[in-house]
Amino acid sequence: MLNEYLKNASAKWMKGEGPYHNIVLSSRIRFARNLKNIPFPSLAGDEDTEKVVNTTKDSLKRAETGLGKHQLTWMKDLDNLEKQVMVEKHLISPLLAKEDRNSAVMLREDEAVSIMLNEEDHIRIQCLFPGLQLEKAYELADQLDDLIEESADYAFDEELGFLTACPTNVGTGMRASVMLHLPGLALSKQINRILSAIGQVGLAVRGLYGEESEVVGNIFQISNQITLGQSEKDMIKNLLGVTKQLVEQEEQARQNLLNESKIRLADKSGRAFGKLSNARIISSKEALELLSQVRLGVDLGLLENVDPTILDDLMVLIRPANLQKYARKDLNPQDRDIKRAEIIRKRIDLSTNKEG
Amino acid sequence: MMCQNCSKRPATVHWTKIINNEKTEVHLCEVCAKESNQFDFDIDSSFSLQNFLTGLMGGDPEDLRISDQKKVQCDTCGLTHQQFAKMGRFGCGKCYEVFGEQLKPMLKRIHGSTSHSGKVPKRAGGTLRIKRRISELKESLQRCIYREEFEKAAEIRDEIKKLEEELE
Repeated sequence: MLNEYLKNASAKWMKGEGPYHNIVLSSRIRFARNLKNIPFPSLAGDEDTEKVVNTTKDSLKRAETGLGKHQLTWMKDLDNLEKQVMVEKHLISPLLAKEDRNSAVMLREDEAVSIMLNEEDHIRIQCLFPGLQLEKAYELADQLDDLIEESADYAFDEELGFLTACPTNVGTGMRASVMLHLPGLALSKQINRILSAIGQVGLAVRGLYGEESEVVGNIFQISNQITLGQSEKDMIKNLLGVTKQLVEQEEQARQNLLNESKIRLADKSGRAFGKLSNARIISSKEALELLSQVRLGVDLGLLENVDPTILDDLMVLIRPANLQKYARKDLNPQDRDIKRAEIIRKRIDLSTNKEG
Repeated sequence: MMCQNCSKRPATVHWTKIINNEKTEVHLCEVCAKESNQFDFDIDSSFSLQNFLTGLMGGDPEDLRISDQKKVQCDTCGLTHQQFAKMGRFGCGKCYEVFGEQLKPMLKRIHGSTSHSGKVPKRAGGTLRIKRRISELKESLQRCIYREEFEKAAEIRDEIKKLEEELE
């Protein structure tokens, strides 16, 4: 049963390996689009929001041969747990999960594309890829955008670009982001200096779950902060440049740590592995911190026979909704800590003993 | 941690709000905090990104009252300036036209720019694609003249002429 659950629980796009996968966990592009002459979702009537869904659905039908099949799911047809699982897998936003009024998501089979309908904006196209593949994600989002525009009249202004509900998205409507695992820079205490420099070049840094989330397990999300005045390609180039530098600095930091304190590093990741393998009660924060140490040990060859995707998988699996789905019942926070420890132990058994 | 508004100065004003177990944190530098006009520490006042945006649009609560008197309202979705001040979100694409002039200082402060230079959609973009193409061609025309490549320059001139006719 666990095997089956593991197979379906973490997002499919995470299973692939992309460039710099040991440091860049994922790349994401999001476009915000709205239809002309229709109020934005917060003020739209049912007829309007239905039109948004139908227009998008029809335009994507034509794409099914080239750009994959997209399955439409209405938010009102999902229960709270199912919605939350999708949020934890990064397939929909927390806001969409809250919206019941004609909100929907069109999900591509491999879960690399999710098009949110009637969230803050009428249409939000999201493309997710493992590793550093921003350009690839952009190309796909661009194609889908063109396709939808063939049958939809977008709200667009010659001077201001794509018009969005929130003025912080106007212009390109694009948010490009990368998720990075930077334990080397954190351990060598260089991270704060680097992150404040990132803020100065027009990029924003956040934790694992986006806006307002704190950084846990050395996982950082970096995205473009402005959407007006620069072209999409320049924004991506900027983010790509900074990401590559971070990758380089992280690699350097890891190498230095390895040269200077290999034994201590091996001890740290070994102990983290020991704790994860034996814990019976564990909070999500502690789990992510230990997983980060284990993953570093695996990346540096200090821990053998541990599946390197352990962090990617468990990052999602240990979240509250995923745990409850696994347990098939509602769990209070204390029970979740117990269930979390259980699933981590089982996942580790699977990857080390190659059971099942 | 840097200021979440300007990202230039370190955040020195930290604000945490907990309502119904929902935690919201705001981290600003002193300059942005002062400019936001939101820090009256009134328990009832809700501070959010939305409020903060409206602070950037005009900035002065006085402005909001003046515009109230003027009854600026979007004729497509019915959004008033006061509603925008409350939600920090526009109601439709037309709002950008209706609130146009007041909007610019805000956009300038958020993005550092007020003009889009990214993707132009095929249909909704109207004549903008042609206009952009013309200005690109004009630049390359200048380069050709500078390099004395007159044959190529003539070709480009004709293409520009054709596109300009399309615009009319």
